[in-house]
Amino acid sequence: MALIQCVDLSFAYNGNTVLSDVNFSVQKGDYICIVGANGSGKSTLIKGILGLKKQSNGEIIFGDGLKSADVGYIPQQNAIQKNFPANVYEIVASGRLNKCGLRPFYNKQDKKIIDENLNLFGIENLKHKSFSELSGGQQQKVLLARALCSAEKLLILDEPASSLDPSAAADLYALLKKINDKSIAIIIVSHDLTNSFLNSKKVLHLENKQIFFGSVEDYIKSDTAQRFMRSVKNV
Amino acid sequence: MFEIFVEMFSYDFLVRAVIVGFLVSICASLLGVSLVLKRYSMIGDGLSHVGFGSLAIASALNLAPLAVSIPIVVFSAFILLRVSENSKIKGDASIALMSASALAIGVIVISMTKGLTIDVCNYLFGSILAMTPSDVYLSIVLSIAVIILFIIFYNKIFAVTFDENFARAVGIKAGMYNSLIALLTALTISLGMRMMGALLISSLIIFPSLTAMRLCKTFKSVIICSTIISAVCFFIGVVISYLYAVPTGASIVCVNIIMLLIFCLADLLRRREK
Repeated sequence: MALIQCVDLSFAYNGNTVLSDVNFSVQKGDYICIVGANGSGKSTLIKGILGLKKQSNGEIIFGDGLKSADVGYIPQQNAIQKNFPANVYEIVASGRLNKCGLRPFYNKQDKKIIDENLNLFGIENLKHKSFSELSGGQQQKVLLARALCSAEKLLILDEPASSLDPSAAADLYALLKKINDKSIAIIIVSHDLTNSFLNSKKVLHLENKQIFFGSVEDYIKSDTAQRFMRSVKNV
Repeated sequence: MFEIFVEMFSYDFLVRAVIVGFLVSICASLLGVSLVLKRYSMIGDGLSHVGFGSLAIASALNLAPLAVSIPIVVFSAFILLRVSENSKIKGDASIALMSASALAIGVIVISMTKGLTIDVCNYLFGSILAMTPSDVYLSIVLSIAVIILFIIFYNKIFAVTFDENFARAVGIKAGMYNSLIALLTALTISLGMRMMGALLISSLIIFPSLTAMRLCKTFKSVIICSTIISAVCFFIGVVISYLYAVPTGASIVCVNIIMLLIFCLADLLRRREK
């Protein structure tokens, strides 16, 4: 059973359809890269899967006991305001909240998992640092750690590397690989094709509708891919 | 100094005012941190004008002021929240619309019934004599409820304030917590505006959190620091207003301004040292 199955999915803003005919599924341990030009509907699809935007047509079926409490999400980085007074620990811990239910505070189990994730990303020494004083790469790690606190089965990232320098981006992809190896499925929206194709297993290409869904090898051989990658290089 | 306190607290009405004011200042500063960071600071201002309108109606109909203003203000808070989330009128514009309308209605009601008298002045700028004993009990119960609810939902309020989309995406009911913040804010404003006045109550929400954010860099420390600042400023303000016979609300705001300047200066010095 797939974690997520999208059937004939469409999205519209004020009656204008921006994305239609999306049919794909996410299996346990998948690593799917969503590509396409600006405005092709990538972020809209992500919002739909996360339940932030209602689809105008079609169905998103959650299987395998997947609940929103098992999903982790990393927004585009500018979504978070600068100078917000919060330290790293407070932010990472907030990822655990969806497991708390009605319980108002974190228990021992929560704290253990928060510490594990801080360690995993090597940011336990930044625990008491203010988020706004960190570098872009460090901030990204904090958001990843937060997402992993809530993700048990699926991690969704929206252009996580767009504001990172090449070495920080390489770090990020290495970490994602490590997470994927724990059989947590990953869906990533990315402009960084080289790095994404190196790591991901499947590609979903959108141009206001679904153009391609399949393995990376098949995608690279396809005409769409050749055309798309040429257009990206020309920019 | 000590004698002044003894003298002050020999008046029952002052004791009542100080107790309620203390609790309301704490509520306002707790909520203020979240409101300022969510860019909703003007909600306090809008709601206080609604409070003014509802007080005018209550006095025209000879009803208990809090019993009328609390439901109306709570209702408007929900409307504001809904409107700023969904509609094409943006949040700040809808707040401006609402506060102007409420003010206009309030002024008309007052001028039709009593003429523009001392009452209007009291509503706009607050009066420490405004609290009756039954008001005081209600205020104490409600403000303690606000504080307890805030503490219980502290972590969730943090999550919704910091990154609402993430919270929503991982299954935290962000809408519910936004409504909770709106409800608590509405309660706090209705309770505080009799003393602080419609024009000044929003400062109780905005100043302490902005002051605290100059020096504190974590959410928890900002919350704790702003409650302390708010309580201290309230107390100094009341004493000054008693000593020099100036309006309480205005003197509290002035103490808050001075506190903000001191913290800005401290922040500047700290940056220079680095």
